[in-house]
Amino acid sequence: MSAVVAEHDKHHDHSHDDHDHGPAKGILRWIITTNHKDIGTLYLVFALVMFFVGGTMALVIRAELFEPGLQFVEPQFFNSMTTMHALVMVFGAVMPGFVGLANWMIPMMIGAPDMALPRMNNMSFWMLVAGILLLASTLFMEGGAPASGWTLYPPLVLQTGKALPFAVFSVHLLGISSIMGAINIIATIFNMRAPGMTLMRMPMFVWTWVITAFLLVAVMPVFAGAVTMLLTDKFFETSFFDAAGGGDPVLYQHIFWFFGHPEVYIMILPTFGVASTIIPVFARKPLFGYSSMVYATAAIAFLSFIVWAHHMFTVGMPIVGELYFMYATMLIAIPTAVKVFNWTATMWKGSMTLETPMLFSIAFVALFTLGGFTGLMMSIAPSDLQYHDTYFIVAHFHYTLVPASVFMLMAAGYYWLPKWTGNMYNEKVGQLHFWLSAISVNILFFPQHFLGLAGMPRRIPDYNVQFADWNMISSIGGFIFGISQLLFLYIVIDTIRGGTGIKATNEVWDGAVQYGGGGTVGLEWTLPSPPPYHTFTEAPVVVPIEYEH
Amino acid sequence: MDESLKQKNARLVQILVLVVIGMFGFGFALVPLYDVLCDLTGLNGKAETVAAEETPYKVDMVREINIELLTSLNEATPLIFRTETKQLKIHPGEYHTVNFYAENKTDKVVVAQAIPSFSPGVVAKYFNKVECFCFKQQTFKPGESKVMPMRFVVKPDLPKDFKTITLSYTFFDNTKASVQN
Repeated sequence: MSAVVAEHDKHHDHSHDDHDHGPAKGILRWIITTNHKDIGTLYLVFALVMFFVGGTMALVIRAELFEPGLQFVEPQFFNSMTTMHALVMVFGAVMPGFVGLANWMIPMMIGAPDMALPRMNNMSFWMLVAGILLLASTLFMEGGAPASGWTLYPPLVLQTGKALPFAVFSVHLLGISSIMGAINIIATIFNMRAPGMTLMRMPMFVWTWVITAFLLVAVMPVFAGAVTMLLTDKFFETSFFDAAGGGDPVLYQHIFWFFGHPEVYIMILPTFGVASTIIPVFARKPLFGYSSMVYATAAIAFLSFIVWAHHMFTVGMPIVGELYFMYATMLIAIPTAVKVFNWTATMWKGSMTLETPMLFSIAFVALFTLGGFTGLMMSIAPSDLQYHDTYFIVAHFHYTLVPASVFMLMAAGYYWLPKWTGNMYNEKVGQLHFWLSAISVNILFFPQHFLGLAGMPRRIPDYNVQFADWNMISSIGGFIFGISQLLFLYIVIDTIRGGTGIKATNEVWDGAVQYGGGGTVGLEWTLPSPPPYHTFTEAPVVVPIEYEH
Repeated sequence: MDESLKQKNARLVQILVLVVIGMFGFGFALVPLYDVLCDLTGLNGKAETVAAEETPYKVDMVREINIELLTSLNEATPLIFRTETKQLKIHPGEYHTVNFYAENKTDKVVVAQAIPSFSPGVVAKYFNKVECFCFKQQTFKPGESKVMPMRFVVKPDLPKDFKTITLSYTFFDNTKASVQN
């Protein structure tokens, strides 16, 4: 440890003249920063705040659905809540959460001094904030926030009141922000790797992010185009989606889902990357099938472009179209299964310990697989006619997002917090948080499968009494889950302020240096905890790890 | 950061920005592409918007096709709109005329456009209309009512699988747009 520090300090003195050293003082530090660690922190804090904002909206939904009948909110506001909950969670919490992790970890994982384009990095964060504020402001506008679901389907979305142009511009800002973030990540990974860090030695988290970044660059502009067409349809007399003028609302669905399906993988691929990073460390075995993981990730990304119409089996496609999209969708199960088997094989006969990050990762493998299976059920076109737009799909994508993406964001938080802050978090509270989350998330979402199979439609504020019991159980689970997350907030604040008082070592987790990287040592674990403001200003020499066979 | 790295980054960013612009354009290119695909495959039941010639076909007396007709109004289009025939059985190759009835309930001029939709969508290309009120906008004077004929044929090469064709017309209120033009 001391060797690394000493070397770093020496370098610091050496480059005294042309580098700034530490952060600017006061609040300005966070506004003008171009440091990847600062920007990573900004993203992560922002994502956590948005997680609670979006979560509060979810609790409004679950409170209204606790019993049949209308209790708390107007139907219009209820629909605004389902829409805003989704947009805030997707664009405000999950995506920025992973961008924050990318900012913090990718330079440290590949031995780079910073991101390739630090100023653009700062700009993309503040555009994200602007975009989300613009989106939130629509809640207070005449006619209310958009209430057509996050898919913003016309013609319904065109009936939004004053909020429509603001929602569209907010999507533009969020899109530009994430495109800039993606370009930055690609440039960093392509151009800034330390000597010896070849592509096939990169940690899986870096691999999944470079593929995700390409997805972002490819599909966010398409979404921006689609919402622009909504805007011109509403205000400039075009008829892209207006049947009266020769347009077709189904066209919007095609364009939206051409973006939308890769978009859901943008949220899940970095999740896979975090799991592939954490599981080997706590199993104390190298990741099983590293190269197959890389190829599976690339295969999933490729397939995501050619399956979009499985979201629209009910629009009246010709049978040939239904069959094509059905079989293409089923193909995705193959690379995904490769990943699940690899994680399981990594744990097999490993010397496992069950600290909080590992607990979340194991729950992720199990519950994500469950969410994947329901996806497979819905890929079958004739069955999908029954499941379409019911609570079954709600249960499906929440299983792939909450106990998968959100759980792995939490796991990443527990895993890297000691590295970021230099303090150990409180393991007991962490485990409590895990068990409460893992149990309540199932109470929350599992009954929604039953509701969906019984025919309860999604996005409705009131329902038939036959659905009452499972909705009540789901709502109870929702409130336990929501309140449990305050434990995570407590742990984050507590750890930043000193935590248990135990200082984290450089390696933090036993085995993190050896198993925490890809084909090399886990570079971030060779740095002090917390790492100095500038790290790897001189590229480390990276040597591959040879494993005994 | 040395100069060569800056150059490498700049080149990569240029390429990626071009990709972004290209994909933004691709989103718009999907609009004509979609129309071409619909024409080629009969996807989505887009009906012809111009009249077909009344070519005589050999009538297939063996098969009987059930035609169902539906009418509806978009949002608050201020019309009464119904079909005089809700259902009829026809033979492929036979020409038939059905009448639709529409009435302006208001004391203002209403301009409306009827949009057809087929179910199943693929039959649209086997369904020829030689006369239809949907080919152009309809103008209704205050209180005016119209009987609007639609003359059609189902082509005998309709695949054997299809026994029922549902054709729905929706009137969209275009008054505002046509006043502005």
